[in-house]
Amino acid sequence: MSHKKALHTFFYYLLSVLVAVIVLIPFFWMISTSLKSKGAIMALPVQWIPKKPTLKAYKQVFTMFPFLRAILNSLFITVSYTLITILSSSMAAFAFTKIRFPFADKLFKVYLASMMIPTQVTLIPLFIIMNRLGLINTYPSVILPSLFKAFGIFMLVQQLRTIPNDFMEAARMDGAGLFKIYWKVIMPLCSSAIATLSITTFMDSWNDYLWPLVMLTDKSKMTLTLALNSLNGQYGTQYNVLMAGSLLSMLPIILVYIGAQRNFKHGMLEGGVKG
Amino acid sequence: MKTKKNNERISAALFMLPSFIGMIIFSLLPILISIFISLTDWNGLEKLSPATISKDFIGLRNYTDILSGTEFWNVLAHTLYFIVLYIPLVFIASLIIAEILFQARKGVGVLRVIYYIPVLTSWVAASLIWKWVLSPQYGAVNQILAAVGINGPNWLTDEIWAMPAIVLASVWKDMGFYGLFLLSGLNGIDNTYYEAARVDGANKAKIFFSITMPLLSPSLFFCLIMSLINAFQLFPQVMIMTEGGPNGATQVMVERIYTYGFKYFKMGYASAYSWLLFVIIFALTLLQLKGQKVWVHYES
Repeated sequence: MSHKKALHTFFYYLLSVLVAVIVLIPFFWMISTSLKSKGAIMALPVQWIPKKPTLKAYKQVFTMFPFLRAILNSLFITVSYTLITILSSSMAAFAFTKIRFPFADKLFKVYLASMMIPTQVTLIPLFIIMNRLGLINTYPSVILPSLFKAFGIFMLVQQLRTIPNDFMEAARMDGAGLFKIYWKVIMPLCSSAIATLSITTFMDSWNDYLWPLVMLTDKSKMTLTLALNSLNGQYGTQYNVLMAGSLLSMLPIILVYIGAQRNFKHGMLEGGVKG
Repeated sequence: MKTKKNNERISAALFMLPSFIGMIIFSLLPILISIFISLTDWNGLEKLSPATISKDFIGLRNYTDILSGTEFWNVLAHTLYFIVLYIPLVFIASLIIAEILFQARKGVGVLRVIYYIPVLTSWVAASLIWKWVLSPQYGAVNQILAAVGINGPNWLTDEIWAMPAIVLASVWKDMGFYGLFLLSGLNGIDNTYYEAARVDGANKAKIFFSITMPLLSPSLFFCLIMSLINAFQLFPQVMIMTEGGPNGATQVMVERIYTYGFKYFKMGYASAYSWLLFVIIFALTLLQLKGQKVWVHYES
């Protein structure tokens, strides 16, 4: 029996390490390439570990493109986008679940139905609207769509429905107004759902491609994904530089993920299906 | 009493205001505009107004042009080619990941982070990495293949291999996501089922196929629909790895919408394309709602 168990353990680790290796090979390749010189990336036989490692590619990223600017743009846009999503979604979810108002059900259905429309449908008209408003090539053009995130509202509504109204009543007895209840009672009570929503929103915004691609054409406004995209367009064969840029673009999100792991419960899925 | 009710309504309106404005500007209005544009041959440069819409009005011609041409069906065929390869691979991979993480042995925390790194990576970075990994001469994949005596293909520049290359990158990127999703499904299965089966002396395979799979079916079904919807919305990986090439072999719907809209400025044509995409996604969503009620085995 214990022999069989040992065999099981062996195969378990064999498989899990094999999968991990498959996952990590492209990243290893990225790091290895980013440490090579221009000549070494096309040297045969291929060097898995660079013979003369150099940080030159990392310097070049910043000279070939305003990459630092792109990092700051991404940070500013992503943080604003996430904050607005959280505030706007939680306010709507609070109104839907804790305040009675006319047409609430109908409005909620409209919100839900909007989730079925793929973003590609609204892409062209939104480009036109943004153009009319003179917002093309500005931060608000990529930040403002965060005002309405149906998925976030839906997720928080589900969460808020589980909070008994007794909490509301108790706070009301103490004479608290609705805004105070929203901020001091309800928000803290659903903090873990909010943390989950924050992280998924942060990730989506940080990694977004199509929307910024259409809205931002000015180099000084570009986010990191667009910076990589345009480096690829201009220096498509200098993979050491492209890989250095890719690695730099990944680091913040991985740090956020590891830092937030305590709160992170595989986001999107709460309230999705029950197994 | 009445003022209290009025106060509540005013507060409700204030709480709803940001999302409501957002809904009008970023969802409702664009949807209406998109319907109108799709019925015109507007060139995207003139100022859009009711006057231009009525001047450029061509009825359903964009739709009939798309549906009667060969390109749209080729695009669908490419998507189907993607789906046929991608779905089985990503399901096997994510089931393996879910099972590995479910057993929760020592070191599982590290594995969990590792499996999730591709999910955290942006598609732009992931596409660049894969473009280089799949480089015929200098890439890691063909190096490894050569080491076991296989002459690797020219991947992204080969009409037959370009789509499988995109599939490989997509499976690699998505398997952690679906893996963790299925893990939460596995965690939701009541332990008593397993205990009962063990008491009855069922073996591992039997337990997997007669308990795990049926009870996991709601999660599997959800993953299936989600991955199908995503398959019809392929974009960044195609844009960066192949730009629809070689020779149009990886042209897919969103890539077409982007190309027609923002490269050729055929805004009407692109909008019509986007509504056809909507029809497909809508059908899949309905299928999901139906499936959840009928097909799926629910734990009661």
